[in-house]
Amino acid sequence: MLRGPRAGGTAPGGAGKQGPPPRALFASKSSGEAVLLERPSRGLEEFFRNIRDTSGLTILDLGVATQQNVTFITNLGHRLYAADFLQILNDTFGLDDTVDQSNPGQIEYFLKQALDYPEGHFDAVLIWDVLEYLTPALLNAVVERLHKIVRPKSYMLAFFHADNKVEAVPFYTFRIQQLDTLQVAQQGQRRPAQLFNNRGLEKLFGKFESVKFFLTRERLREVIIKA
Amino acid sequence: MWNKRRDEEPPKQTYAPPPPSPAPVAPSPVETKKEITPVSSMPIGKFEPQGSSASSASIGKAVKVVGQIYSREDLYVDGEIEGTVEALEHKLTIGPNGVVRAGVKAREVVALGTIQGNVEAHEKIEIRKDAKLVGDIRTARIIIEDGAYFKGSIDIVKPEPKAAAKPVPAAAPAVPSGPPIVAHASAGAPEIKR
Repeated sequence: MLRGPRAGGTAPGGAGKQGPPPRALFASKSSGEAVLLERPSRGLEEFFRNIRDTSGLTILDLGVATQQNVTFITNLGHRLYAADFLQILNDTFGLDDTVDQSNPGQIEYFLKQALDYPEGHFDAVLIWDVLEYLTPALLNAVVERLHKIVRPKSYMLAFFHADNKVEAVPFYTFRIQQLDTLQVAQQGQRRPAQLFNNRGLEKLFGKFESVKFFLTRERLREVIIKA
Repeated sequence: MWNKRRDEEPPKQTYAPPPPSPAPVAPSPVETKKEITPVSSMPIGKFEPQGSSASSASIGKAVKVVGQIYSREDLYVDGEIEGTVEALEHKLTIGPNGVVRAGVKAREVVALGTIQGNVEAHEKIEIRKDAKLVGDIRTARIIIEDGAYFKGSIDIVKPEPKAAAKPVPAAAPAVPSGPPIVAHASAGAPEIKR
């Protein structure tokens, strides 16, 4: 999954390996041709700070299952659930990002495929950036379902682009390198269904206890949501 | 001399009358199982590049099995299975064409195709690129390649220390305390129950 096109061309290492990489954002080669970016993540740091003192938690990862995330989370003594959310989204609604996602039957089907878990099942959820690609009806249904399947006082980490007029944004696979560092691999570009400011996100997660924001260099808003 | 010959002849006559049974007695259980076992008609070499060893049994891509499979050797599945698959002490490989809708238990599982069902791999599981696994995994070690699809939960279960390391009391019971042994007649080939 990391061999997708690098449509954004934002990888500093893409042109060659000469020259020192920037301190906060640098390129590294993985096994093949894919160039991965490594960057610090305050949101991730905050996420793990909140759950680090407990082991045996049940954590849901809505991104692509990757070796790094599986190893990192299971090494902390947690049980990991993986659900390739965007893949299920594509399977349900098609690849076209302008497709109508408001059909109640399809929404119900999608929730059954992607988030069919018992109430209060998870202690934490790694949402990553997947909510950006949902239109309002589907997004509200997903957030409602997330609220159901997490325990009170649990934490979720989500990413939203902060730009107000982007046509398409890069979407990534996120790999946990350290408690405060992510390795990201761009999969391509995709048009977000909605863009949010802080107020919009607070409204979206209004049922949750609190929402905390961290703005990154890439104008990516990292959000910690407490249930 | 004459007496000896007469002694030898009668048993031949007594042995000859019961020939109505057409099948030989000794090898029958094994042979009937071999008839049931859907071993691939394709050349074994076709499967070997994907990592199956020469000693493993294989289920070819044109074969579908519905039922339970118990294997006492490494097993390569490139066909379709519905039911359960157990190769407790061995390696199970699901080939690129393999579709397993079954609960799976094995020492080691390598998925290149599709598994829909819960998987217990005592030692490790590998989910290779383009493989698809939907189900819950219990294993000591997991390897997921980029490009694999996985949906389900992962429980990492640290392998228990060997029973031999435990101190045995002086008055040991008569019953052996080793790991349970699957009691099946077949001495190598996978056994399929319907």
